[in-house]
Amino acid sequence: MFGGYIITVAVTIGIYIILAMSLNIITGYAGQISLGHAAFWGIGAYCSALLSTRLGLPFWIGLPMTIAITALTGSLLAIPCLRVREDFLAITTIGINFVVQAVFLYVPFFGGAMGIGGIRSPFSTSSFFWITLIFVLVCIVLDRWLVTSWIGLALESIREDETAAAISGIDVVRFKVAAFAIGSGLTGLAGHLYAHFMTFISADDFGFPQSIVILSMIVFGGIGTLRGAILGAIILGVAPEIFRPVLDYRTLIYGGLLIFMMRFQPGGILGDQSVLPKLFRMVRQRSPALVRSG
Amino acid sequence: MIWQQFANGLAIGSVYALIALGLTMVYGVLRILHIAHAGVYALGAYVGLLVFRFIPNFWLALAITMVASSFAGIILQRYLYAPLLALPRIVPLIASIGLFIAMEEIFRLIAGPYILAFPADPGLGGIEWGIVRITNNQFLVFLVTVSLLATLWFVMSKTKLGLAMKATSQDLEIASVMGINTERIIATNFLIGSALAGAAGVLVGVYFNSVYPTMGSIPAYKALAIIVLGGLGSIPGTVLGGLLIGLGETLLLGLINIPFPRDALAFIIMIIILMFRPYGLLGKE
Repeated sequence: MFGGYIITVAVTIGIYIILAMSLNIITGYAGQISLGHAAFWGIGAYCSALLSTRLGLPFWIGLPMTIAITALTGSLLAIPCLRVREDFLAITTIGINFVVQAVFLYVPFFGGAMGIGGIRSPFSTSSFFWITLIFVLVCIVLDRWLVTSWIGLALESIREDETAAAISGIDVVRFKVAAFAIGSGLTGLAGHLYAHFMTFISADDFGFPQSIVILSMIVFGGIGTLRGAILGAIILGVAPEIFRPVLDYRTLIYGGLLIFMMRFQPGGILGDQSVLPKLFRMVRQRSPALVRSG
Repeated sequence: MIWQQFANGLAIGSVYALIALGLTMVYGVLRILHIAHAGVYALGAYVGLLVFRFIPNFWLALAITMVASSFAGIILQRYLYAPLLALPRIVPLIASIGLFIAMEEIFRLIAGPYILAFPADPGLGGIEWGIVRITNNQFLVFLVTVSLLATLWFVMSKTKLGLAMKATSQDLEIASVMGINTERIIATNFLIGSALAGAAGVLVGVYFNSVYPTMGSIPAYKALAIIVLGGLGSIPGTVLGGLLIGLGETLLLGLINIPFPRDALAFIIMIIILMFRPYGLLGKE
């Protein structure tokens, strides 16, 4: 249907959308700034790669195991994060990113600097696109359900005022761990898809710069909203491809885009207080009146 | 051997402290994580090298760099951070990261992706003291760092300006009610912090005889580990944290030779200490 290049870009963006949604749960809904999200993604990808190459598990059996293991590791790694708040938390998560990456790079079990190759993908490239698309849709449904559930409400109250939430009887620690567990479970899915799509992974793929890219996506699109996370992942995922002709200036444009956005539209493109959603709400409020007068 | 490593560790640690100080001062007044501070540090190294190529005098290069980088700091504060202060903290953080990325790219585009040599000789000579040999460059780093820290200590604890800076970092609103021109104090914090970062850039450029576009990326996050370790916003804590990380890295890697990357070590030290003191070594709740 499409060329191989388009499909590769589309699958990559699909994986980024899942990553952005998962970080949006931790940072957008629960308000816990994470600057080390690529670490959880890496844990998912390495787990999936090891299950596939060492144990020879097929895709569909490896998938639930990867999600479970990543969610468990994510909640374990969240424990040091519970002791610290706000900026201390942000920097602790950077630390976790570096430590996790170092473990992948230096422990021979994880393939060291060579990474892990030879992961067998059971699908053709184009069917991989459809599978990724289906998973993105599943995640969207899951996210909608989460926001309206009591977990979503509890997370929101922790984001708005942790002390007030605790006084109202919300078990802050448990819900923070839940946010990290759900978020990293989804990165497990993203890691599983990534490992099987790329068939080769190395520690460099999951460094601190990747964490920044994922965080930029949700802030760019509009933090705390699902539409923002999706749009941010699409725009910042497509941007490197669009700016390929000006390769030398690509990163500069990327940095400039972040500054420009934060300076003039700090809520992101589709954030609740940003220009576009306001316009949209205005049009929607006005249209019944137009219909009546017409 | 151990004392030699100790000297190396102290030299690196004091440079770390110098970089992290500016970050902690900015955090103290504005509560933002100023990632682009490491960009100012790299800018300092390039400015220093540029001046040095025209007039090969180390001290002049250092002085001009400090002036230039303090200007850069004030511009950043006025045009980037000032409009973002009322917003959620993630906004200035992302803006700062964007700026840092852009700065690195600008250095690369202008000066090229190569490592440039910075062969300055300040004419100090080394010291041989028993079995410990303090090289020319190490001595330079100690001398400049100690004199800058002493000046900073004097300003902070003996002058009215220092008093105003402390008051502002404790509570910005009350300080401004008390008649302190907090706008100017914030600018002063950026000025001093960026001047220190610029000086650190020149020192590191000379110490390793290399200046390159991404030289700021490791200090960018390591300085964060250091200021958190010291207790965000605490100046003595930052100096302590910088020395601790510098010594810890050098001694652990040099003596025990554990197979672990140097740059992850700072964060392991930080995470362990945060588990026992969640507000850092000298931080307050």
